[in-house]
Amino acid sequence: MTDLFYILVFPGFVFLSFAALWAEWIDRKVYARLQNRVGPPWFQPMADFIKLLAKEDIIPTEANATFFKVSPILALTAAITAFLYIPIWGPSSLYSFNGDIIVILYLLTIPTLCFFIGGWYSTSLYCRLGAVRTVTQLFAYEVPLLMGMLAPAILADTWSLSGITAFYTQHPWYWLINLIGFGVSLVAVHGKLEKTPFDIPEAETEIVAGGFTEYSGRLLALFRLTIDIELVVASSLLAIVFMPFGLHFGPLIGFFLYLAKIVFLIILFSLARTVFARLRIDQMIDFCWKYLVPLALLQLLINILLKGILPL
Amino acid sequence: MAEAEEFRIPIGPQHPALKEPASFSVALKGEKILGVDVRLGYNHRGIEKACEERTYIQDVYLVERICGICSHTHSTCFIQGVEEIAGLQVPRRALYIRSLIGELERVHSHLLWLGVAGHEIGFDTLLMYSWRDRETVMDILTVLTGNRVNYGINTLGGVRRDITPEQAKDALVGIDKLEERTKYYIEVASQETTIINRLSGVGVLSKEDATRLGALGPTGRASGISQDVRKDDPYAAYGELDFKVMTDNHCDVYGRTIVRMLELMESYKIIRQVLKDMPAGPISVRAPRRMPAGEVLSRYEAPRGECVHYIKSNGTDKPERVKFRAPTLANVQAVKYMLKDRYLADMPIVIAAIDPCFSCTDRTVEVNDLDKGDTKVMDWQKLHDYSIDWYRQKGIDFGKMKK
Repeated sequence: MTDLFYILVFPGFVFLSFAALWAEWIDRKVYARLQNRVGPPWFQPMADFIKLLAKEDIIPTEANATFFKVSPILALTAAITAFLYIPIWGPSSLYSFNGDIIVILYLLTIPTLCFFIGGWYSTSLYCRLGAVRTVTQLFAYEVPLLMGMLAPAILADTWSLSGITAFYTQHPWYWLINLIGFGVSLVAVHGKLEKTPFDIPEAETEIVAGGFTEYSGRLLALFRLTIDIELVVASSLLAIVFMPFGLHFGPLIGFFLYLAKIVFLIILFSLARTVFARLRIDQMIDFCWKYLVPLALLQLLINILLKGILPL
Repeated sequence: MAEAEEFRIPIGPQHPALKEPASFSVALKGEKILGVDVRLGYNHRGIEKACEERTYIQDVYLVERICGICSHTHSTCFIQGVEEIAGLQVPRRALYIRSLIGELERVHSHLLWLGVAGHEIGFDTLLMYSWRDRETVMDILTVLTGNRVNYGINTLGGVRRDITPEQAKDALVGIDKLEERTKYYIEVASQETTIINRLSGVGVLSKEDATRLGALGPTGRASGISQDVRKDDPYAAYGELDFKVMTDNHCDVYGRTIVRMLELMESYKIIRQVLKDMPAGPISVRAPRRMPAGEVLSRYEAPRGECVHYIKSNGTDKPERVKFRAPTLANVQAVKYMLKDRYLADMPIVIAAIDPCFSCTDRTVEVNDLDKGDTKVMDWQKLHDYSIDWYRQKGIDFGKMKK
């Protein structure tokens, strides 16, 4: 019963959905204010979501109906599942085990693959181009993201998030060592979330809405919710891995600190969206392999060396 | 990954990258463009024929509606031709006012282009900023003419509204503000890395190719062709004004951006001169209803390049034939060339970089007079010589200008 409550209400589906729509609102509002616009009212993402739910689902006759329908649901499920393993208000998550950080990163890849499958089986040209771009981009950012995320774990000598938080609570200033990895992961997460400057798979002036072009109604609503949830999950993961401070103050303060951290990260995302133009796919891949991967390797090297030197 | 197959993707007639209907059928191999087929004509409105059905004064308002952005361009171009047929001496003050509105129009068109270009490369902040600043020049135009677009300020023999000293003072305040903002955009465009990455080296058009394909306006000037009707064949008050023709040797979209930004600075200079030196006197002379028979070719430097109007009069109050050539028609040929072997992601910005205006370009092509028997075929060289002769009779020698 408690498990069901955890999964469905808090911190599972219901809480996460509200948090995600709220995160989208912050993103849109900050983006608008930075652009000298008014921006949407607080309920706008929710109203958009409800409106989309009420709309008709149109499935193209050429599309593979099964994959077309399954991929949004699978994407949403994977994103929500990933969230259950992330500690929110304290040093430990609800379901913690050794290796959960790898599982979370793996679960976060599933929505991306679902975007690909949904786009590919829509069979429209724009969708296929968008889908191919999604996967091409995946190969570019996934490697630096994994290396950047795992560097702090190597220093802490554990593969579980609870272990990582315990380590960094014990050594409160060690998180500063991981700043390069933080930068690399933050940039790579832009690729995962398909945010500007890496919103290439959804470049509307080239390929309309990319993989989502043929989606409408409930299925599109689910995809959009998935993207918002991914934003929250990715921010939470970044927050717990790279900003693991203040977790021992108890659930209430911990929860507010957590909110402050993800709001900070979401504002960083909006800022990047404001000040950068969209890159081309070739430029994006060049950038990831030429700059992000060496930097991530440097972080790994630093952490491996420090592990031998520092008193642990 | 396996070798990507070739396929065609339609950009248009309806597509988020295009603000007007036009069709670009792109042959792609993966992300690479193999070739582009351009098709225009989705927005043909029969304006040329409609002009033949109306009187000259009605036509002034009709041609103004060819384009929503360069409305003053078309009405001035048309009216200059008609005035030439009628042999009207337009008062100098009217010419200055025409130049003033023409430059304000260039300012609003270039700022609009900057925003569109920002949007095409996924940089919406630039769109929001430049369109906000564009409101300043729209407000000046509203104060001076009564309208944001389709100013209706031209009339045969002059202009319809005078400019008061207070209006001129307000306009100058707005121009100061715009100049400051434009300096900021020049700074942004020359320093922001993602913008430079997306613009430089994209849509390359060498000087030779630009000449061969007949690129005009900022597109041609960014390839180093110093061609500007305001300088080469001065109309309105431009002969008396001091300004430079801005060129650039980048030959790419980045160069086109720089040229447009520098032209904005030149426009502010022109506007200040016009407002300072505006001569006193009447703003219009009386024009006849019926025009004497004759034909004329009128040129005007629109924000997008050279705009050409041909008008043939038969002695009645309606033109016998009019023909408009909007600058996009000359530039669109170059787009196909510029896109070859580029990436799909460059397509929107390369198309946008010529500042296309498809509705203005869509015209009928009419072939007639075959049964009269008095037609003669002119090849390119003959046509070229004919145009040089024609200008020499008007006192302009292009042979000298070529050096």
